[in-house]
Amino acid sequence: MKTDNLVSLDNDKIATSYTTLIKQKELQKVVLVGNPNVGKSCFFNFMSGMYVDVSNFPGTTVSITKSHSQGNDVYDTPGIYGVGSFNDEEKVARDIILSADVILNVVNALNLDRDLFLTLQLIDMGKKVSVLLNFSDELKKRKIKIDTKKLSNLLGVEVYQTAAVDKLGFDKIGEAIRSARTGKQELDLHFLLNQVIEKSVPQSDALLILEGDETIAQKNNVLCATSDERERIYINRRNRVNEIVDLVEYEDSKKGEIFNQLGRLCLNPVTGIPILLFMLVLMYFFIGDLVSQRVVNFTENKIGKNLFEYNVKSFTGNYTPVNVEVKILDNNGSVINDKTFNFPSGISANPTLQKEFFELSKQNGAQSNFNFQNPFVKLFFGEFGVVTMTVTYLLFLLLPLVIGFYFVMALLEDSGYLPRLATMLDRSFNKIGLNGKAVIPIMLGFGCITMANITTRMLGSEREKSIVTAILQFVIPCSAQLAVIAALLSGAGFAPMMLYISVILTVLIVLSTALNKMLPGESSPLLIDLPMIRFPRMSNVFKKTFFRSFGFMKEASFWFFIGALAVGIMEISGMLSVWQDVLAPFTTTWLKLPKEAANAFVMGMVRRDFGAAGLFHMDLSIMQKTVSIITITLFVPCIASFVVMLKERGWKEGMMIWFGTWIAAFLVGGIVAQIVI
Amino acid sequence: MPNSTLDKAKKGNPFIVVKLPQGNIKSQLIRLGIAEGDTLKCIQRLPGGTIVVQKNRQEIAVGFDLAKKIHVIIQ
Repeated sequence: MKTDNLVSLDNDKIATSYTTLIKQKELQKVVLVGNPNVGKSCFFNFMSGMYVDVSNFPGTTVSITKSHSQGNDVYDTPGIYGVGSFNDEEKVARDIILSADVILNVVNALNLDRDLFLTLQLIDMGKKVSVLLNFSDELKKRKIKIDTKKLSNLLGVEVYQTAAVDKLGFDKIGEAIRSARTGKQELDLHFLLNQVIEKSVPQSDALLILEGDETIAQKNNVLCATSDERERIYINRRNRVNEIVDLVEYEDSKKGEIFNQLGRLCLNPVTGIPILLFMLVLMYFFIGDLVSQRVVNFTENKIGKNLFEYNVKSFTGNYTPVNVEVKILDNNGSVINDKTFNFPSGISANPTLQKEFFELSKQNGAQSNFNFQNPFVKLFFGEFGVVTMTVTYLLFLLLPLVIGFYFVMALLEDSGYLPRLATMLDRSFNKIGLNGKAVIPIMLGFGCITMANITTRMLGSEREKSIVTAILQFVIPCSAQLAVIAALLSGAGFAPMMLYISVILTVLIVLSTALNKMLPGESSPLLIDLPMIRFPRMSNVFKKTFFRSFGFMKEASFWFFIGALAVGIMEISGMLSVWQDVLAPFTTTWLKLPKEAANAFVMGMVRRDFGAAGLFHMDLSIMQKTVSIITITLFVPCIASFVVMLKERGWKEGMMIWFGTWIAAFLVGGIVAQIVI
Repeated sequence: MPNSTLDKAKKGNPFIVVKLPQGNIKSQLIRLGIAEGDTLKCIQRLPGGTIVVQKNRQEIAVGFDLAKKIHVIIQ
């Protein structure tokens, strides 16, 4: 490589060193940057103290963690292959990198030719950089040698060998921060950059403008370069990377001899499908059985209803007229005692009755139904109250499920399985205008549609987001619904189950094929890096699970409250019963179900499982059950996912999907009813 | 085989990248290490045509429709 073609930026701009001088007195902003799966988080965890701030970036599912270390602010960023604006992760990382004082660039020593692209880009931005060459321990095992001195000379910045697993080289992190400096860049690019810098644009912004970043160009009020110019810079940089790798890396074994055998087995459908099925069975036992049955039963009933709601309601009952019906159930669920207490002027106003009520309601197997007379008290504290039901729902039903799902996702992601699953399924998804990555929001939909709606942001184009959002609202039953469906179908035999599955699959295929034909534009193709299969690092998995669950609750909780409020108002104003009357004729003649089944559909708008749970108490034939679960699956999503969908996809599209589910549910449910009942 | 496209590659075939499709996707390919003139290897061809390529120690999956737009010389 010709070194005369490179310039050192150290004595470049007096203005830059002046600002550095000022900044030395303040906290330095140290940012960890690297490709996905290079072990950035291990460094972050090591550097961070007790206090870690999490911020979720508006409009993204990306969270950023920040902490203090030895007088520095340390930021962890999402894994990226380059600085740019191709997706949310990049945009978030870009903004933090632009404001960084020092960048610690974590590089996977085994994938130098991929990772150095980002390194060179950071150096071209004129940032102060130190390189942490991670996985150095793996180099020895694989008989690869990297000349770090030469690499450091070529880049113009310090290079430190590290191995995150054994914390090797972690003692050098402080030194790496102190010794961070601007590196060498190519002469041609240097001149190009200076033309933009002359317009008083910071060098880091200047590079991104030359690489066609519209947002940054607008921010600085200069004209943005075309994507052709970006390509030229990219190709040059790619060539420099390849040259550097050729100069510094020596491989004793033959090239490409490292087999990622398990990884390949996951890809090939012959072995990949059994592996997928095995994973699904494990997931079923973990989420379907452990979390959604055992854990949720405990949290929802014991903590949510018996502890939280009971106390809130009996406290509220001190100040307002209330009837309380207390039922004592035995172990088999049959009522052994049933008594109604009347408190026309509040519970505490009648101490004798209060005492009796407390004694009875605190017995084992007691269930208390509070019936508040005041409609506004009912709105906030009643059975479907905004305060009572929504809090129970969010914290004691949804939160365990969301944690369970994000945990499994993080495991699959960290082990390297998820990109392989996306690859294996890519062709099938292509047929409905999606690429393999769409498997992620769809899988999450089986947990919670609201959560999945937010995750559609990760998809490459608006078109794909629309298709997946529609699929989620129409055909994917969420975990709350799945539980009820499973209960209704259990013991019904094989035929109803096959009928249910085939009807839902048919709707899925018709819907997605139609959308794929109708929606303009093109879907983004699959282009995905397949990291090595490895045992997931649990600290990483827990961290991801925590941050994502936290982010989801923070973002979605508000909409659950709004949704509950909307339905509560509909109930008080009598609109809910109008709906029920409107739906009743459809229910009896068209769907051939009892009139009361209409309640189930209306309640399904609040929470999808409420809808289905109403069906338990009705005397239905097996085919009637099948028709009702088909209808409920296709029917509108719960109110929270409806609101989140409107927010994500806009009013027009959101309303079209929402009304579409009405039509599909009654049309398909009715056709099936006319045939089988 | 001159003038072929990546979707024609079979398992085990090394190939030279001749021309990439234009636009954002080109930049993404270059970042991942697939640039014009590079020699890569097809390590798997899934039913339906999704291609998995290898560059040094890195594996990258390329969708069928994208593979059709990548011009290569299969060796």
